[in-house]
Amino acid sequence: MNLDLDEDARAFQAEVRGWLAANVPRAAPPPVDTAEGNAAHRAWERKLAQAGLSVVAWPAEYGGRDASALHWLLFEEEYHAAGGPVRINQNGLFLLAPTLFTHGTAEQRARLLPRMARADDVWAQAWSEPGAGSDLAAIRSRAERTDGGWLLHGQKTWSSRACCADRAFGLFRTDPAAGPHRGLTYLLFDLRADGVTVRPIRQLTGDNGFAEIFLDGVFVPDDDVLGEVGGGWRVAMSTAGHERGTSLRSPGRFSAAATRLVELWREIGDPADGALRDRVVDGWIAAQAYRLHGFAAASAPPGQSSPFAASLTKVFWSELDIALHETALELLGPRAELPGDWLAGYLFSLAGPIYAGTNEIQRTVIAERLLGLPRGAR
Amino acid sequence: MNLNLSPEQRQFAAAIGDLLGASDLGAVIRDWAAGDHAEGLAVWRKLADLGVTALAIPPQWGGLPAHPVDLVIACEELGYHALPGPVAESIAAVPTLLSLLGVTERLPDLASGAVIATLGAPPELPYAADAHVAGLVLLVDGDELRCGVPESEWPSVDETRRVFALRAGPVLAAGPAVAGARARALDVGALACAAQLLGAGRALLDKSVRHAGQRTQFGAPIGQFQAVKHRLADVAIGLEFARPLLYAAAIALADDAATAGRDTSAAQVACADAAQRAARAALQVHGAIGYAVEGGVAPLLTKVRALLPAWGTPSAHRARIMAALSDGAVS
Repeated sequence: MNLDLDEDARAFQAEVRGWLAANVPRAAPPPVDTAEGNAAHRAWERKLAQAGLSVVAWPAEYGGRDASALHWLLFEEEYHAAGGPVRINQNGLFLLAPTLFTHGTAEQRARLLPRMARADDVWAQAWSEPGAGSDLAAIRSRAERTDGGWLLHGQKTWSSRACCADRAFGLFRTDPAAGPHRGLTYLLFDLRADGVTVRPIRQLTGDNGFAEIFLDGVFVPDDDVLGEVGGGWRVAMSTAGHERGTSLRSPGRFSAAATRLVELWREIGDPADGALRDRVVDGWIAAQAYRLHGFAAASAPPGQSSPFAASLTKVFWSELDIALHETALELLGPRAELPGDWLAGYLFSLAGPIYAGTNEIQRTVIAERLLGLPRGAR
Repeated sequence: MNLNLSPEQRQFAAAIGDLLGASDLGAVIRDWAAGDHAEGLAVWRKLADLGVTALAIPPQWGGLPAHPVDLVIACEELGYHALPGPVAESIAAVPTLLSLLGVTERLPDLASGAVIATLGAPPELPYAADAHVAGLVLLVDGDELRCGVPESEWPSVDETRRVFALRAGPVLAAGPAVAGARARALDVGALACAAQLLGAGRALLDKSVRHAGQRTQFGAPIGQFQAVKHRLADVAIGLEFARPLLYAAAIALADDAATAGRDTSAAQVACADAAQRAARAALQVHGAIGYAVEGGVAPLLTKVRALLPAWGTPSAHRARIMAALSDGAVS
């Protein structure tokens, strides 16, 4: 065992650090839900792509560098430490892309991934429905067979970044007679197609961060079926694994926040307040634990961990995110309610235990699938 | 970069686990608590045959060319089985202290398992644990390493454990080197203790899962109920994320990294928290059966309670982490 970075890794780290120091905009671009912010975030993604830094872990043929999992973690550390802008295409890059690598066809990968890497297509996730949240298999939106493809009907909701996206990936019922987990198909559709209405929803953060999507006979060609017709649940669980694991919320994000929290303590913390100091320390320990856990996973022989292990990760990072930000707000005292990065980060963190499958669902998965406790009523 | 056990390290852990699993530790623990140490000391000798007592001793004194990660692996297994005796003292801290100070005379006996050792090092270790089974008792007092002479003794919440106040005996080493050796020995001891805590926590989780799958109430195994499931899931999460900190601390100590003290403290805090959470959940899941001394979890519960502050309180470790972070060693 060792924690040493080889020459290759150190060179990569230095390159990323140098490029980000020279290129990350000093002031954050406007929010993605404004026209100006949407354009600025897309321009940033193009710039990253031109530097070969948009999707380092992807194969070169799709715009990546074939970087290892370790290099990807290092990239993320540098990106968050440098305060890089929100990745407008994170649903595409971190959720859909890994699913395409596992379940997509060569044609789909060649057609979709290079455009995704440059943010020519920005992707949104269209899973939840008014009646299907934690119980995802209860979805009712349907896809009906038509010439050369499918027609979508129904309503999706809480779709992150749908108001600034071009395309979406979602689950649809293609066989109403089959059981709840069967008869689902994973489809990719155009948010600007005829029959699509996107209605933004304002979030706790103040931004129109998610949206409702109404679908009224929206055409999807057969080429945009991901995986088997009727096999959508399996494909969706592959996406969910990435959403719960380190792909969507990499350790770098929390390491950077923990470092800022320690700095905040040193600036304004009351040395006599041992209880608050201990919370700062606990936040740092947990961020360090998540970072090392990521390194362990990145250096593990393939096939060693359970596909359900992402549920452990999801509960951990979502609670860590809230703890770090709550502690910072505590430190800020009466100033905590004023607009600022810590407050914005806190409001963002509050969604963590809800999306990607609530933490209650994750704990049940951990208990049943990892610990082997008997399955039972929810 | 690699934070995973090698196949050889997995085999080593499995060999210790198999040995202890076959040793009827339940009976060993009962006898040891009642003052009969014969079977327990026989288990210690078998562990010595596997090399467990030689892990922190250099090869020229009969030890093994082992890495601190190997020590962590062994101590986690000893913690899992709630082995009685001064584990962190005898196989981690004392060998480290004597090796660093060049007091090598007793090292071969420690390595072979012929001698068990313990130590006091006030203020962190005001008492020496289990001096009644130790053939070598040390006292670190200021810049002197001395033999320790047990005076008064007290029982511990852990019925297999007794703690002893020491009187200063003959000087074994003196001078400015003692402070550095002492600090390193306390870190290696804290690392070993953290590994024991992690192992004990894992054992408590395993026992709880087994019990929750068998114990029936309201016509169903209690493990079907979400309240039980979710509590045990939280225990699993705590243990899962404490382990990498433990390995990283072992690596930092091996590399003599500037962050070694900070990383040891982080491992200690995380393992202590995870073990504490496991202990509370295990008691609750076992109910009255767990509260009974004969229920099967009592030795683990009480060992966790005794070990939590034994190598520096979690509060002291947190203070040390912040001091290190304030010196600029944030990442």
